[in-house]
Amino acid sequence: MSLTAVEATKRLPDLSRVPAVDEVGVNERVGRFTSRSIKTASKIEALQLILSMIDLTTLEGQDTPGKVRQLCQKAIHLHDALPGLPHVAAVCVYPTMVGVAKEALGDRDINIASVATAFPSGQAPLSVKLEDTRMAVDAGANEIDMVISRGEFLAGQYGHVFDEIVAIKEACGDAHLKVILETGELGTLDRVRRASVLAMHAGADFIKTSTGKIQPAATMQVTLVMLQAIRDFYYETGRMVGMKPAGGISSAKLAVHYLVMLRETLGNAWMTPEWFRFGASSLANDVLMQLQKQATGVYQSADYFSKD
Amino acid sequence: MAAKKQSGSGRLSVAKTYKIYINGKFPRTESGRYFTLEDKRGAVIANVCRGSRKDFRNAVVAARKAQPGWAKASAYLRGQILYRIAEMLEGRREQFISELVLQGATARAADKEVDASIDRLIYFAGWADKYQQVFSAVNPVSSSHFNFSILEPTGVVSMLAPNDSGLLGLISNIAPTIVGGNTCVVLASETLPLSAVSFAEVLHASDVPAGVVNILTGYRDELTGQFASHMDVNAVVYCDGGRKVARSVQEAAADNIKHVIARTKTDWASDSAQHPYLIRDTQEVKTTWHPIGV
Amino acid sequence: MATPENKLAFDDGWQYSPAPESTDHIKVKKRYGLFIDGNFLAPEKGRYFDTINPATEEKLSRVALASEADVDKAVKAARKAYGKWSRIKPAERGKYIYRIARIMQERAREFAAIESLDGGKPIRESRDIDVPLAAAHFFYYAGWADKLEYAFPGRKVRPLGVAGQVIPWNFPLLMAAWKLAPALACGNTVVLKPAETTPLTALKLAEVVRDAGLPDGVVNIVTGAGETGAAVVGHPGVDKVAFTGSTEVGRVIMKALAGTGKKYTLELGGKAANIVFADAAIDQAVEGIVNGIFFNQGHVCCAGSRLFVQESVADEVIQKLKDRMETLIVGDPLDKNTDIGAINSARQLETIERYLAIGQEEGGTMYQSSCKVPKEGYWCRPTIFTGVSQSNRVVQEEIFGPVLAIQTFRTFDEALTKANNTPYGLSGGVWTDKGAKIFRMTQSVRAGVIWANTFNKFDPTSPFGGYKESGVGREGGLHGLDAYLRLEA
Repeated sequence: MSLTAVEATKRLPDLSRVPAVDEVGVNERVGRFTSRSIKTASKIEALQLILSMIDLTTLEGQDTPGKVRQLCQKAIHLHDALPGLPHVAAVCVYPTMVGVAKEALGDRDINIASVATAFPSGQAPLSVKLEDTRMAVDAGANEIDMVISRGEFLAGQYGHVFDEIVAIKEACGDAHLKVILETGELGTLDRVRRASVLAMHAGADFIKTSTGKIQPAATMQVTLVMLQAIRDFYYETGRMVGMKPAGGISSAKLAVHYLVMLRETLGNAWMTPEWFRFGASSLANDVLMQLQKQATGVYQSADYFSKD
Repeated sequence: MAAKKQSGSGRLSVAKTYKIYINGKFPRTESGRYFTLEDKRGAVIANVCRGSRKDFRNAVVAARKAQPGWAKASAYLRGQILYRIAEMLEGRREQFISELVLQGATARAADKEVDASIDRLIYFAGWADKYQQVFSAVNPVSSSHFNFSILEPTGVVSMLAPNDSGLLGLISNIAPTIVGGNTCVVLASETLPLSAVSFAEVLHASDVPAGVVNILTGYRDELTGQFASHMDVNAVVYCDGGRKVARSVQEAAADNIKHVIARTKTDWASDSAQHPYLIRDTQEVKTTWHPIGV
Repeated sequence: MATPENKLAFDDGWQYSPAPESTDHIKVKKRYGLFIDGNFLAPEKGRYFDTINPATEEKLSRVALASEADVDKAVKAARKAYGKWSRIKPAERGKYIYRIARIMQERAREFAAIESLDGGKPIRESRDIDVPLAAAHFFYYAGWADKLEYAFPGRKVRPLGVAGQVIPWNFPLLMAAWKLAPALACGNTVVLKPAETTPLTALKLAEVVRDAGLPDGVVNIVTGAGETGAAVVGHPGVDKVAFTGSTEVGRVIMKALAGTGKKYTLELGGKAANIVFADAAIDQAVEGIVNGIFFNQGHVCCAGSRLFVQESVADEVIQKLKDRMETLIVGDPLDKNTDIGAINSARQLETIERYLAIGQEEGGTMYQSSCKVPKEGYWCRPTIFTGVSQSNRVVQEEIFGPVLAIQTFRTFDEALTKANNTPYGLSGGVWTDKGAKIFRMTQSVRAGVIWANTFNKFDPTSPFGGYKESGVGREGGLHGLDAYLRLEA
């Protein structure tokens, strides 16, 4: 592909030129990441980095302002018993809860991410998706997590999917756009790779694996394929795109594996909350338990760490 | 010019010139040399080409050139062609019998040898599309890969045919070699060379592509070293000789790690002299891996 | 494609802390005798040699140097044991071999640590590849012991007698397993000579053999250098020779055996082509290139040391390869995060460095990753040469180090012709997303093992061995039995 960065945001790339992906080879590479042994100082550094990369998330039908306020409280006070902890990168809520979150977080340096575009299915007309997006931005969201139209994508209507992202990106204004591919519904790693390329060329600031509502959600395999797509896009255009695996990453150990993968695929420039996020609700506490264990040498119990 | 004899009617018969067979052609040896074959009473039967190392070199070039195409021919076609050789041989039974008798065999023995030779060709023709099934394997590796091992022809085979079995021994060695997709250069029996030259004529009439089988006549002592040492030959088969021959063949073969196949002390007339392991002798095992995934 | 400013950076930021494998559980004696007739014996002439850790140059142990007299003793012990071993119930023979497999699994971590100490290979590989594969090899062949007649339709099978086996230093334990397991399963007894620089795991294996209760003399292990190996190969009491090593030595062995009637198998050198087509899964191909040449420091006879990349993707592949090389960690073999360990010996390092000089003198462009290497010990950074062609020595000759020669091609036929343009024929690789092309290529490359869309995979069920100057015979799988049996009508 020889599109320049400027053109790339306007034109659907030729997806037939996206390199093929071999599943077994991907599994083997992932096996190498998970066999890395991360100990002592490098482990503590990783755990702290992971905390700072978390999009603390609640996306339930039963969400209430009360629940969202509690979540924001947790985002600010992860575990005050351990001094020197970073705060999470963002809270992630439905558009109706953005206002509540904004009020709860005040002027703290924690972003407000809102899912939009008829999350999680994306089955709504574009006009509804645009309105959804604008509403969230107007209410104070500075990050929008949109879903692609998987049905259209699987039907081969790439232009439709592409144009939708371009339109949502425009509606975001200054807010960062994360494009959720819902990889669990795409079926193959080849499609994950193509969807990634499509989303980046359409203007995604981040690409994200999953809504968390579909199994499988994030896996190291799909994340690796997306990271490699990001790397190729960077090689080609010089534009960095962020990555957000979401759903199913609940242990600190697994999150460390993701960091190893990130480091060895994209290098150090991506190893900040600006370019990498974990979409998770229970990961933070497991990381905190591990940090406490590193500090005290004693294995921890969940009873000592606040749920929200 | 050879075998002068006169028919009863007073007509002078036309004797046959025994030439060598290289690349589907019947040249005389480039060296111009010959050796004389005599019957028991010392009468000259034929002047036979005394093949040289240059003849051998030319034959290897022809065999190498023919090999990929022959290996690519379908197993079915190779079987058909071997069957065709048998048909042609059957059609010339009498010629081969009288030639064996001329070289000293009894009529009965000659008859039997020709029959056995034809049947041996049929035997190996039948293996063409079966030995792969018998000797291949799908290997149940632990990782997510499909893995299989198949036989492939080793390439060009040089063969020192049995001295004491001029037709059957020759065919028993050529047939399993070529049915597996190899091409060969064969040195015929030194003492019983005539059937080999006539067999070349049968091959020539049997849809065997040029260069697949090349047959030289000549002196064993002179050519063995060449057959064993040529760097573009993948395997050498020898059918006679004691320890000294065994040593010299293997020493020379070592320069390119040629496969060395000894078939000494074989009774070629026996049924046990035909089995598919003779095919396998000049095959390589190739193992292929491929991932299984989406 | 990448421009200079769009380069990835791997050198600063978060790094991995040292994660050394512990060695407090391993037992290495100060001195090892020769394992003959079930006992560790002092060598006749009383001579020993040091085996060192190539990562530190420190001495690990002293090992007996077997003379001709010692080898003779070992062969006689094997001969004596042969009568009994070849006649015990095959199922029982199999059970002994199963025991070896099980004990190796129990002591796996110890074997892995010693393998890395003595040979320099990363613990990740000895732990995840060498040792498990070695145990699996014994498991696989154990089961054959009482089923051999099913492997060769229409034939009766007989063991050969005493097998003399000489193995290399690149996979010391695994090669011992490749040699011992089929030999024993088929009813032969063995005299095995490990490589001079890596004798320890074979000697530990001798302990396992003893612990498994194998009859005395069934397995004998004699340590030493080339002369000891020559004594094993040349001993008139040896019925079969199995050798893995260089083509140069293989040739000498084949000549030495000429006229003896001894059966032999030879696993020799290689210079495998690894062919990447434009339609390949490029990222997995890059990984395959890395596995192909940097696995085990490139001390691999089937290494994919000649890379052929289709011109239209050459820049992309090389760029990605270079970035991937930056993430390879070279250093302490015992560190669990090490990707490339120590070069096996000072001599091998010299050889590799000589080729690095030759490659540059011949006009090749050399690129090495920027990683740090330790001060002590023998190290070579992952290295690639571009701008080389078939006529270059670094393309033709086996370097046996982490050095890749890269050429480009335009058409299928060009790639195939160049791939086959070598006296070797051990292995090959092909990368393409098109099935028909895979089969055409795998059919046409003249080599014994072809990896399609993968590389450097091994399994006990999978036969291994080369065409042309890469050797004679196969090891592994059903086809590996042939080397240790006589087939009769």
